Amino acid sequence: MSRDPRLPSLADRLDRIDRRWIFLAMFLAVAVPILWVGVTGRTFPESPTPAVQGAFDAVESLPPGSKVAISMDFDPASAGELQPMATAIVRHCAMRGHSICAMTLWPAGGPIIDATLKDVLGARPEYRYGENFVSLGFQAGNEGVMKQVNADLSAAFPTDARRTPLADLPMMKGVRNIADFDLLVSVSAGYPGAKEWVQFTVSATLTSGKPLRFVAGSTGVQTPQLIPYYPTQMVGILGAIKGAAEYEYLVNDAVRRADPAASIPARFQEAQRRMAPQLFGHVLMIALILLGNAVFVARRARGASA
Amino acid sequence: MSRSMAVLLASLAGITMVLSKFIAPLGDAEVKVADWFNVLAAIAFVLGGANLLKMNLLAISARGPGWGYSAVTLCAFLVTLGAGILKVGVPPAAAFPAVPFSGEKDVNGSALWWLYEYAMSPITGTLFAMLAFYVASAAFRAFRAKNAAAMFLLATAFVVLLGRTYAGVLATSWIPHDNPWVSWLRLENLSAVIMSVFTNAGTRAMIIGIAIGVAATSLKIMLGLDRSYLGGAR
Amino acid sequence: MTPAADVATPFFVEGRGAIAIALLVVSAAIIGGILWARAGGRVKVRRMAGLDAVDEAVGRATEMGRPILYVPGIMDMDNIMTVAGVTILGRVARTVAEYDAELEVPTSRSIVMASAREAVQSAYLAAGRPDGYNPDRIYYVSDEQFAYVAATSGMMARRRPAACFYFGCFYAESLILAENGNAIGAIQIAGTAETAQLPFFVAACDYTLIGEEFFAASAYLSGEPDQLGTLLGQDVAKAVAWIAILGASVAGTVVAAFLGAGPVADGLAALRQAMGGGG
Repeated sequence: MSRDPRLPSLADRLDRIDRRWIFLAMFLAVAVPILWVGVTGRTFPESPTPAVQGAFDAVESLPPGSKVAISMDFDPASAGELQPMATAIVRHCAMRGHSICAMTLWPAGGPIIDATLKDVLGARPEYRYGENFVSLGFQAGNEGVMKQVNADLSAAFPTDARRTPLADLPMMKGVRNIADFDLLVSVSAGYPGAKEWVQFTVSATLTSGKPLRFVAGSTGVQTPQLIPYYPTQMVGILGAIKGAAEYEYLVNDAVRRADPAASIPARFQEAQRRMAPQLFGHVLMIALILLGNAVFVARRARGASA
Repeated sequence: MSRSMAVLLASLAGITMVLSKFIAPLGDAEVKVADWFNVLAAIAFVLGGANLLKMNLLAISARGPGWGYSAVTLCAFLVTLGAGILKVGVPPAAAFPAVPFSGEKDVNGSALWWLYEYAMSPITGTLFAMLAFYVASAAFRAFRAKNAAAMFLLATAFVVLLGRTYAGVLATSWIPHDNPWVSWLRLENLSAVIMSVFTNAGTRAMIIGIAIGVAATSLKIMLGLDRSYLGGAR
Repeated sequence: MTPAADVATPFFVEGRGAIAIALLVVSAAIIGGILWARAGGRVKVRRMAGLDAVDEAVGRATEMGRPILYVPGIMDMDNIMTVAGVTILGRVARTVAEYDAELEVPTSRSIVMASAREAVQSAYLAAGRPDGYNPDRIYYVSDEQFAYVAATSGMMARRRPAACFYFGCFYAESLILAENGNAIGAIQIAGTAETAQLPFFVAACDYTLIGEEFFAASAYLSGEPDQLGTLLGQDVAKAVAWIAILGASVAGTVVAAFLGAGPVADGLAALRQAMGGGG
């Protein structure tokens, strides 16, 4: 008994599927692994790529007490992807005993700096504000700020976030411009961000005789834009939550090698914990693409045979 | 007359910013011109705020579809503005305990901090997270292998999607990682090669084309050849 | 004691010579193209399906009695993509005015709102429909990226525009806009030079102008000789870049493979350094 050709086939029904079913599938693909990781605390092992290793080595190779400038150019929207990166970098700098100068060019980035520094340095009594870490807060002006810090940091940031003149901060003595830092790190979600730091600040130092080492962390969509700058203008890139996970893995591995009995708090494994939902999300995407193509082929064949 | 002045101002500003890159005595001019724009943009916030109030009040009074959202928008706007300007819940700064408004407007525990921490942060994070759902529906609907190039694109997408997760590492873990002839076939390495070679080449080519396009558009504006951004054709 | 000699500040910023030369070459190519077109030279421009579809999209919206949405990006007028977006808005608005359709332009920046109003008003005047211009249809929403896209998405769901144009600088909100437009069945035409957002537009929109096509759109739509001349100049500049890249790649390969260290290798390294490529 042949099928009524006027009835929609399975392929037709799938082609017209309400997209909320797809949303539900994605929700489950992400939520279930999150719960699983939350209960078990297990994470996947990571094998760092050269770009991430380069970022790690850039911080690791600096002698203790080096000055590191970290620009946290992101807002709460992209904190899910970039906060673990920022936390891992600040933690790594603290482990090496580097002095940290945090700043941001995004208006909503100020509280992010405060939260990150408090979270990582709060439990480290050797870190005292003004002596080995400062927060310059937010400064409006986008690339204008970057151009100003090339020549005179205090012209761009006359005071820190607590309204203290830079000259009164022990850590900032001897720091006239951005090139006086041993390393610049930008964790960026878009504009202004890592690309602008390369174009307006780092490239200028490369032709001035005092090259500034630069490491960038960025969201997944922005990473391909930064790859052309690696490894000349930037010595390392942390691309998306995967890059953050690889960097966290390297930092935690260094902690465990120094002290095999050390336990790593969950908040310092956030990126690694997010790799499980990422895995299932990506597998779902592949399944959806294959299903979509199966529907396409089936409908095309049906159309050809009709 | 006013259009000619506007064009002249645009030309002078643009030419100054270009020349300041190469002529040392003009070094500061670029930053100053950018600062002028920032001042204008700050003043324009008042224009935007007034327009926001007008449009949403009109929507509420007309009781058109979605007027409730306009009411929520206005409430949120006025509450946030008030919390910031009046520094609600902000204690005086430690250095000036007798001065009521001396504290920072977004100090921990203040009303503005509360709005940022418990309203803005979760809402913007949620909206950004919605991209995952939209990407999934776009993948199902749009990623069809209609020709050979599309098939090649899809294969590349699968490699990169898997290579960025542990599934990719597991799938090709049987390929020896210390053999340079075949180790590049491991999905995580292949993904990195695709990003650093093919994507890199394509991105570089596009950036060169875009940069020349930007130069052309900027030159047209600086030379006054294109005035349509002021309203109307040249 | 003799006084210390004054240290003269150099007039030209050091290390920018190669960039200055590149800038002069690109500018000369563009100005040369303009002069060529003004002198009557013919500039052949390939068809761009996305721009040819503007009339079709506006006509469809008019027939369906539904509005047309135009999003000029989320950045301010100091971004060249926004300037290009507002320029194209003027051209699209003229078509909308001729069809007597309804145009809606939510903006993310106040200055863009003011500029967009000027562009649309001039377009309606040029089309002979000054009474059709309604400034309240061009309005400010929010500077905050996701607040803007939430408001615009809500408007799309309620008013269901039949045609959506996205021309300007976009970031993460691009996919949200395009998917919502797809869900309401609108015909969508997009153009941006943000390479990170192009894949989303290509996947979700009917037509996408990629990179430099977006900057060429204004010239393409106007048809004016000056504007078309700049397209010719852009192509000449690209050809120069292509030859330079090919030459430097071949020279670098030959040096690395056969010559090793020497004056040629030093020269290439100095050129790379001068162009900001680092050591």
